[in-house]
Formats: sequence, C-alpha cells, structure tokens
Amino acid sequence: MGKVCCCNKDSLAKQDEAIQKLFRSYAPGEKEALIPILQETQGLYGYLPKSILYLASEYLNVPVGKIYGVATFYNQFRFDPVGKYLIQVCAGTACHVRGGGLILQALESELGIKAGETTKNSLFTLSTVACLGACSMAPVVTIGGEFHGRLQPKDVVKLLRDYEMKE
Amino acid sequence: MNSLFTPCCEKCTHTKETPCADLIKCAVEGPICHEDKNCHKVKQNRLKYLQGADSDLTYVYIGMGTCGLAAGADKIYNFMAKQLEKKKIPTVMKKVGCFGLCTEEIMVDVKKPGFPRVSFAQVNLERAAEIIDVFIEHDTIPEGYLLGTVPMGLSSDDSLQDQVHYINDFPMMKKQQRLVLRNCGIINPESLEEYVMRRGYKALTKVLFSMKPDEVITEVIDSGLRGRGGGGFPTGKKWLFTRKAEGKRKFLICNADEGDPGAFMDRSVLEGDPHSVIEGMIIAAYAIGAEEGYIYVRAEYPLAIARLKKAIANLEANGILGDNILGSGFNFHLKVKMGAGAFVCGEETALIGSIEGKRGIPRPRPPYPANSGLWGYPTNINNVETFANVALIIDKGANWFKSIGTPKSSGTKVFALTGKTKNSGLIEVPMGISLREIIFELGGGLQNDKQFKAAQIGGPSGGCLPVELLDTAIDYDSLQRAGAMMGSGGLVVMDEDTCMVDVARFFLNFTKKESCGKCIPCREGTARLLEVLENIVKSNPNSSEEELQKRYQSINQLERLAHVIKDTAACGLGQTAPNPVLSTLKYFKNEYEAHVYDKRCPAKQCRGLLVYRINPKVCRGCGICAKKCPQGAIVGERAHSHFIVPDKCARCGACVEFCPFDAITVS
Repeated sequence: MGKVCCCNKDSLAKQDEAIQKLFRSYAPGEKEALIPILQETQGLYGYLPKSILYLASEYLNVPVGKIYGVATFYNQFRFDPVGKYLIQVCAGTACHVRGGGLILQALESELGIKAGETTKNSLFTLSTVACLGACSMAPVVTIGGEFHGRLQPKDVVKLLRDYEMKE
Repeated sequence: MNSLFTPCCEKCTHTKETPCADLIKCAVEGPICHEDKNCHKVKQNRLKYLQGADSDLTYVYIGMGTCGLAAGADKIYNFMAKQLEKKKIPTVMKKVGCFGLCTEEIMVDVKKPGFPRVSFAQVNLERAAEIIDVFIEHDTIPEGYLLGTVPMGLSSDDSLQDQVHYINDFPMMKKQQRLVLRNCGIINPESLEEYVMRRGYKALTKVLFSMKPDEVITEVIDSGLRGRGGGGFPTGKKWLFTRKAEGKRKFLICNADEGDPGAFMDRSVLEGDPHSVIEGMIIAAYAIGAEEGYIYVRAEYPLAIARLKKAIANLEANGILGDNILGSGFNFHLKVKMGAGAFVCGEETALIGSIEGKRGIPRPRPPYPANSGLWGYPTNINNVETFANVALIIDKGANWFKSIGTPKSSGTKVFALTGKTKNSGLIEVPMGISLREIIFELGGGLQNDKQFKAAQIGGPSGGCLPVELLDTAIDYDSLQRAGAMMGSGGLVVMDEDTCMVDVARFFLNFTKKESCGKCIPCREGTARLLEVLENIVKSNPNSSEEELQKRYQSINQLERLAHVIKDTAACGLGQTAPNPVLSTLKYFKNEYEAHVYDKRCPAKQCRGLLVYRINPKVCRGCGICAKKCPQGAIVGERAHSHFIVPDKCARCGACVEFCPFDAITVS
C-alpha cells in the first residue's frame, strides 16, 4: 500500500466500504478516536496498512508521525500481515514458572521462526503475550484463538501437525 | 412476563423517559404504586424462575468465563443442552461467570426441583452424560467429582445436608469470605434481573434518594476502604479531593487495565459480575459529582468488554444509567475504552493519556488527576475491585465493612493464586490472613509434595517472600514492611525447582520491555539490571580476567543500581520495578552467590550454567536428539551412542525433551 496522494482531499471515499464506515462512526478531528480507529482497522485487516495511518492522520488532523508513535508504543498493533493461525504463547508469571519458556523455544525451533515472525507459507505467526489469564492451565498457548493448556514441549510438535493437517 | 422490568399492567408507568424512584424495589417486591394481587404474583413467579426455584424446571449452570471456555465449557454446554432436549426434560441452561476454582474447571451445577444446587467438578463429556443419566433423570448423586451444594437462599438448600457437604466446606473455599465475588459463578452475568434479584442496585437507590454526596463520601471514609489496585490509598479521601476540586466537567474512570502477568482478578469480576462494578461507579460518580465515566479495559479481555457493553446497554434501556437516573435528576454516562497492550497504562496519568488517544506516558504529579486529569478536568480513578466493594458498604454500612479484616486494612482482598500449588484459582480472603493459610489450606499445599520456596506477591512491582515470612499477615502495611506489596493481587507460588535469579530476570525482562522510556532511571536502569542478570546466568569458560572481575561485582552492582532506580524513577512503576531484584537479593542471596561465584544454578533452571551429557550406557543411537538439536551439536552414528560437542551446545534442552530413553543428563 502506498502513500495516499495529498492532492485528493477526500481520499477516504476511495477506500473500502468497511473502512469508510469505520471512520465515519467517529467525528473528524476527534483525537481520542485514534486508538479505537487503529484497533478496529487491525480488526478488519489483522494488521495496520500504511495507508490507513495517512488516512487517520488526515481525518483526525493528527501528524502521521504522532500516529506512528502511538501505534508503535502499544503492543497490540502490528505493521505486517499475520499468518492464517496466530500462535500466542503466554509469557505470564505462572506460565513462566511452569515452563512456558520451553514451549516458546520448542515452537521456535519447530517452526524455524522467532517470536514476532510469520512462517514462509503464511500459515503461522508466532507471538508472545503478557498474560492470557488462564493461569491454572499454565503453560498456555492459543492457536487461532483456541486454547491449549498444560503443555509439554513434546506436545507442541503434535499440535502443529494437527493444524497443518487441517490445510 | 419476560423480565422483572417489563410493566406488570397498564398502571405501570415506568419508562426510560418517565423513570420511577422505586424501580429496583418494585422489580423484586412490587408492584409498589398500585395493589394488584395478580401483578404481584406474576412478579414473584418470575423471581422464582430466576432464582432457580421453579418447581417444573431443571437448571444447569455452566461456568463460562475465559478459563472455563479455555477448558472447553462451550462443548459441554452444547452437549448437555442437546441431550436434555432430546430427553424432553424441561431445562434452563445458564452461562455463569467464573467461580474461581480454576483447577476444577469445567464446573457444572445442577438445580433440580426439590434439590439444592449441586456443583460438579472437572466435567468432561462422559461425566456430563452421567450427570444427566444418574442425577437429573434418577435423582442419585454421582460420586467422585462432586464439589458440594451451593446455597441459594432457598428452602431446598439444606435438603441434602446429610449426604452432600456445602461447597463452602471445600478446602479451597473454607477460609474465603466472598464480598466482591459474591455473585461470580452464581448468576448469569449478562442478566440485570439476576443481579437485582440479589440486592443489586439497592445501594444505588439508597444513595440517590436518601443520601447527600458528602454523606456517601463520609460513609466510604469511615469504612476504611483502601484502593485495591495496589497503592492502598483511602478511597473516600480520594473521592473527597475530586469532589472539592473545581471544574466544569468531572470524570470518573475505572482502571481495569490489569497488566500484571499472572493476575486475573479484575477479568473474573468483570466477566462474572459486571453490574457490581458499574453500581459502585454510579455511586462514586454521584458522590464526586461526575457526569461522565470510562471503564478502561485491556483489549486482551474480549469477553469482559462484551459483557460490560451489554450491561451498560441494559441499564440505559431501563433508565438506571444515562440522563435522570431513576428520576433523581442525576446524570451519568459510561463508556468502555479498550486498552491496547501497555503495562504502564495501569498508572493513572498514563491511563488518562491513553484515553485521550496519546501514548500512555506518565506525567509528574502534582497536579494530581483529582485536580487536573482527563482533558485537564478533575478526574477520579479507582480499580475494579475497589468499585465492586462500594455498593456493599452503602448497603450494609461502614461499621459492618470495618468489622472485616484488620483495623488498618478493612475488608477482603481477591487474589489470583497460581503457580505450583495444588489448587489454583481466584480466592477472596479477609485481610490479615497469613500467607501460610492461603498456600497450605486454600491452595492445598504444593504439587508433588515439593518444598515451598517463595511466594511472589504483587507482580512486577512486588517481591518474593521466603518460607520464614509465611506467617506474614496479608495487609497493606505488613507486606510493604516485608519488601513486597499488595499489588493488584497476583500470588504466584514457587517450589524448590524455581530459580529465584531466573524469576528476577523474568520480571526485569518484563519491566524493561514495558518501560515507556520517558525517564532515564527506568529506561536505562532496567536494561542494565537485566544485562547484569543475563550475564550471571551463563558462564563462559574462556572469559578474561576483566570479565571475571566484572562478574564478581555483579551482586554489588545490582544492589546499588536497584536503589538508584527506586529513588529516582519518575512514576510508581519505575520506582517499584527493582523490587523483584531487591527482594530476591534480600532473601535468596545464596542463590545469587551460587550463580556468580560457583557458576551453578541450584534449581537447575538457568540453562546457561548447565552441562548436558549423553549417558553412553542408556543411549541407543536413535538419532532423534541430533535431529532436534538446533545447533547441530550432537554427533554420532546410527545405533551407536551419541555425543554432545560442548562448545557448540547452546544448552537449550531440546535434546532432553525429545530423548525417548532419558539418556541425557543435566548437571
């Protein structure tokens, strides 16, 4: 996605209907709407396309640099597309004490990627999350929103195979 | 009648536009404005239906908080609903919040006519089928996974007392005193009616029509309620500051940005009983004179967000939230704001920045938010659990609340008990209880009968308490004296296999990542602390004299730097960030010394200090380890014993995990 041309004042009109609807639900210039707009955009695309940052800048009248500052400050926002299954490894205290680090290591070596990266076939994106709040099932991993608890590093291989088999 | 709030007949005039002051009382005891036996009967029947006392229906309650859902509660729900429909048993299926006994998930409660509500633990599909066949159809109670009976305030509560004990006799429940969690796991959190049925919004009515704002504040001050988010500032006093501050608008914010990794109290309360928090907020708003409010929730809690939004919509539709609440003339508008994943936003000035659409960076105080907060207006911020206590204090009085807990810390505290205890989950205990009671009585001791080593309390801002301090009373002041803090309520128990240096490193890694970067002590200091810790958890046989000298200075350096950060960081999070290091240094110095001087990790957790060897007598040469080794450090011929090249080994431990013959030893 390229930079939005500044000579066209109503660049929002050129966007998808969903994005237009999303933006129009907030008043132009309403600065507090920035984070919700970014969150909802990520909800639509799974990441923040560059063009949306320019669009938001124009719509809310906030410099694009500030928007980039906000988007990089919060852990939630991503600038790259995610794979089909987002793997979230819980890095909370309870999971750490019960061996969550080994689970992450096993996933990294099995997928051949580091946390924050996506596999070449765009199937898995590996990420860590501060806490999923399912501490009694520690260590916990979610794959595409499904919870898997009380894991051993050995289980991880089988889990990944199951998801690969679905394809 | 489809709801306690639908008009009983045309004489009922309550709508959102023409609200009644007596709405709440009318819903449970009504009708109040006119006498009509039929109307009364209709309401009472509806109440009976909601309480689970309908004589024709079987009620099935399934815990469907995030933890229950993670364990697969939705599958059990669908299965039971389908089976009961097939068998033509008239049933009400209810989704309730988290009861807190996380190790016993999935929990299913059944209430049959004439029977008390019976709770079953760790229900899978087989057990669900058995519950239907044996209990629901044939009135016999299946053994083995029975938790107890749940008192509902009904005449049938005691009808099984000879056979089944009460759930409050369950070890994890015995010493609990459930105020904040009074409704969690009991009612359907999405139902306003069920909350009202259990004395909900009674306190609000009392406040709006019989108390002046100052009286409300006095009551809360007298109760001794202190901020449950960690700081422990007296709640009533905080309200008074905002009430006295001058401003055209005033704001009220509920801090539900539960960032402590390993804590989930706020999530469970919001998921299990959102109305208790909202009622507390409306009362607080009335007391301080705020007309606008926000609940700032972590985006990682989608279910809590959905339930809050539903609760707000429900209240607005019934005239209990919005303009002219219950006809009192008081307006309060409430919005949900989603956080975006930043630990520092739990700090109040950072949270305000985040609501304003900026980066969440703390700013110096004063001015305090009470004088200049959201958009420069007076703002009051309290934690979820604090608000959940408010309605009870108003309803039952400050003296009642004061009688619970200790003189200086009244009331109860909810803890997320996790780690290596046998039972883990959410517990609510009176202040003043000892750590020993929590861990060994409620928690049931440690798994596999291992030795207790430490309890980490208060998350990244708290500290680790050793075995000698097990008898510390849990209240704000004694915890602070011991070098920990109440924090939001995370309580992680560690056993002999946990390395305390590794725990300190874990928290430092977290605070370093989450530091907002504004002040140097926190940004650079935590990075340096982590650097020292990273250095001592590995060993390099070829280190130079200079490097060794540096290593031997580590403990002194850690201590000095930690104190500097504590004294100079700009916000509460920075000032408390070194606590995990300081408290482990204080109580577990011998472990640091073993790492630094002997290059040995007593708990065998720090991989950088371990040596991996393959026992040639056990190894069968299957080659799996060589395949799994990411460094290619394992060599050997097939069917012959393999060998680890020490220089190449990254000590990741993958070989140990995958060796089918346990041939790899760690020392």
